[in-house]
Amino acid sequence: MELNAQRNLVHQTRDARRSKSFPKLSPAERDSLIKKYHPDHRAHAYRPIKFGPNAGQLTVTEVATLLEGESPVPADLDLTPEYSVDVLVVGGGGAGCASALHAHAQGANVLLATKLRLGDSNSVMAQGGMQIAVAPDDSPVQHFLDTLKGGHMKNDHQLLKVMVEEGPSIAKWLLELGVLFDRDADGNLHVKKGGGSSKARLLTCSDYTGLEIMRVLKDEVLNQKIPLLEFVAAVELLSDARGACTGAVLKDLDNNRYVVVAAKTVILATGGIGRLHIQGFPTSNHYGATGDALVLAYRLGVPLVQIDTFQYHPSGGVYPEQLVGALVTEGIRSEGGHLVNATGERFVNELDTRDVVSSSIIRECEEGRGVRTPSGRVGVWLDTPLLDVEHGPGTLDKHFPAMVRQYERYQVDIRKDPVLIYPTLHYQNGGVKIDVNGETPVANLFVAGEASGGLHGRNRLMGNSLLDLMVFGKRTGTLAAERAKSLPKSSLTLEHLKQFRAEAKRHHVSAGVISPMVLPAYTKK
Amino acid sequence: MSDTLNKENSPAQEGGLQPKMVTVEIEGKRFQVPAGITLIKALWYTGQDVIRGVGCLGGFCGACATYYRTKDDPKVKTCLACSMAVEDGMSFSFMPAFPARKALYNLLELKDPKQDLFELYPEAPLCRNCNACTEACPQHIDVREGVWKAVFGDFKAVSEMFMDCVMCGMCAPVCIADIAPNLVALYASRAQGAHFTEKPEGLSKRIQEISDGRFQQEWDRILKLSDAELQDTTASTN
Repeated sequence: MELNAQRNLVHQTRDARRSKSFPKLSPAERDSLIKKYHPDHRAHAYRPIKFGPNAGQLTVTEVATLLEGESPVPADLDLTPEYSVDVLVVGGGGAGCASALHAHAQGANVLLATKLRLGDSNSVMAQGGMQIAVAPDDSPVQHFLDTLKGGHMKNDHQLLKVMVEEGPSIAKWLLELGVLFDRDADGNLHVKKGGGSSKARLLTCSDYTGLEIMRVLKDEVLNQKIPLLEFVAAVELLSDARGACTGAVLKDLDNNRYVVVAAKTVILATGGIGRLHIQGFPTSNHYGATGDALVLAYRLGVPLVQIDTFQYHPSGGVYPEQLVGALVTEGIRSEGGHLVNATGERFVNELDTRDVVSSSIIRECEEGRGVRTPSGRVGVWLDTPLLDVEHGPGTLDKHFPAMVRQYERYQVDIRKDPVLIYPTLHYQNGGVKIDVNGETPVANLFVAGEASGGLHGRNRLMGNSLLDLMVFGKRTGTLAAERAKSLPKSSLTLEHLKQFRAEAKRHHVSAGVISPMVLPAYTKK
Repeated sequence: MSDTLNKENSPAQEGGLQPKMVTVEIEGKRFQVPAGITLIKALWYTGQDVIRGVGCLGGFCGACATYYRTKDDPKVKTCLACSMAVEDGMSFSFMPAFPARKALYNLLELKDPKQDLFELYPEAPLCRNCNACTEACPQHIDVREGVWKAVFGDFKAVSEMFMDCVMCGMCAPVCIADIAPNLVALYASRAQGAHFTEKPEGLSKRIQEISDGRFQQEWDRILKLSDAELQDTTASTN
């Protein structure tokens, strides 16, 4: 059937769909749906890691290969530092900016290095909002329970408690910096309901929440004159005789020179893994989402947690071709948008957790109820015009200006027509093991944000990422700065790398894969 | 399902239609690329190593600010290269980093932000109304109007108008009065948030409740539960 005819079916079935509700699945039904269709359960995509702190544990091939990869840094590199600082922050997204600002506020001498420009990140794209329990009928405990349920009870309780309890103070900090959250008529913070949450808890800045927060944080990093190295990637960490982290080897991507940084503490805030295109999935992630912190920390002996689970966001673009993998905000479903298959039927409660919704979309497509695009992709409809029908004309314009614009660029009017979506690789649920202060088991090495693991369990709840970045950005920045005050200067060695290379040799890992990846290899040679 | 799972740079789909090729000029050099791919993908397709000029790839970070012209049209327009498709006869070049001056300020210490604007950005009131900034904005913001609103102290309007601003900075190079409108607007928006917006009472109350330990009993109860009991607790909500 032509795409147009398929589209008309969505219009024709709208009224009938509006009158029916779609029940949520029972825990047992959710479980069996996920086990059958979620990409985390495709055994052929996984293999054990050959050596290192997580030896023998399963992860996706793409990640395992990078973890076992070869460092680009030569063993005899001159380690005379070009910079000597208290706190080195690697990464310029939400977690990096927050940790740099908090470390700086403690009086530390901070250097922020990022392989793209300051702020070029996933954080800037976060549209759905930030979960903070501020509403009178809500509580941090309820936030904790919702997140736990979303994470299949596998979340680290301590990390999670810290995040939900510090949420409100984070909102206060952002407001003081000038972030313009949406308000109710009485001046209180407006809260929206997000998938998997029992209460309306999402703070938003229309559908530009991440952009608004990042504009402000970037501006503040510049106002505070925090020294920056842009287009400079971290490619190896440095350690001293007792194995503590003492700095990093960076690589200037403009001239390919190594830059050695002596740092009393290092905070890795390099984000996630979307650009590894795990299992061939398109991704919603930014250009630099190549899992660098996983590799850097692993080579220094830090274990990773829950590194076998990833989030495939239910609504990635499928058509037009330019929007493949790009995120279509979850807000549409939060506000009542239906998911519709090729037969014009709903097939899931749209407000279920991301893993459930994604699994159900994959099921529809695999069982032949998907809609095929001219270029051969398959997806299901997200009924966007329904929002204007349900809440009055102008709803999409008012609440989803970014999405209206996103599609307008390709002559698709989401106010008039539904859009096609399919799950897109979105988030690394696990990551580097940290404690409540964001410190890893290796002394003086901290990790903040998506690169860290444990907090989100096996499925991150919508709106918890922005909060994670801000809370653990704050905790790592504050503690790293404190710690640096009492630390003497230490030695800079590549001793850990020597051991890692010996291990690789023992396990017959053939050379050839250099990691971290830094940027994906999209160039057609 | 392999046909739905492809990597970023494959222009064609197995079993799908073969793409039509179009001719484009990138930084003054001609290339053949598949029709309909984004300008960024055209860079990858033509074998160029891309370090600068790519960021979020979702139309939000402003890293890929680009000038382009379509076939036979003298008008040079602006776009975000991640969110624009190539067409036959198109010419495009990436905007280099433009050395606009950003004023440095301590937001919380500003005494009179609407007046301070003239100290921080003395060029702001010198707008000569040429409207080039508005025409240069890939987000279709009425930039010129925004600059005037800032100058006249309507920071609220500025903050609303510039909520779509991705800070690509394409409004700055075209300004004949050397204003960087995006930076002026960011200042006005932050000042609006920090100085002219009421503090939400509910938030202060919640922060107080947490520090007073209002949720402690509930925490004590919850954190003592076994995993199975917790599962039952969460199953009953939502």
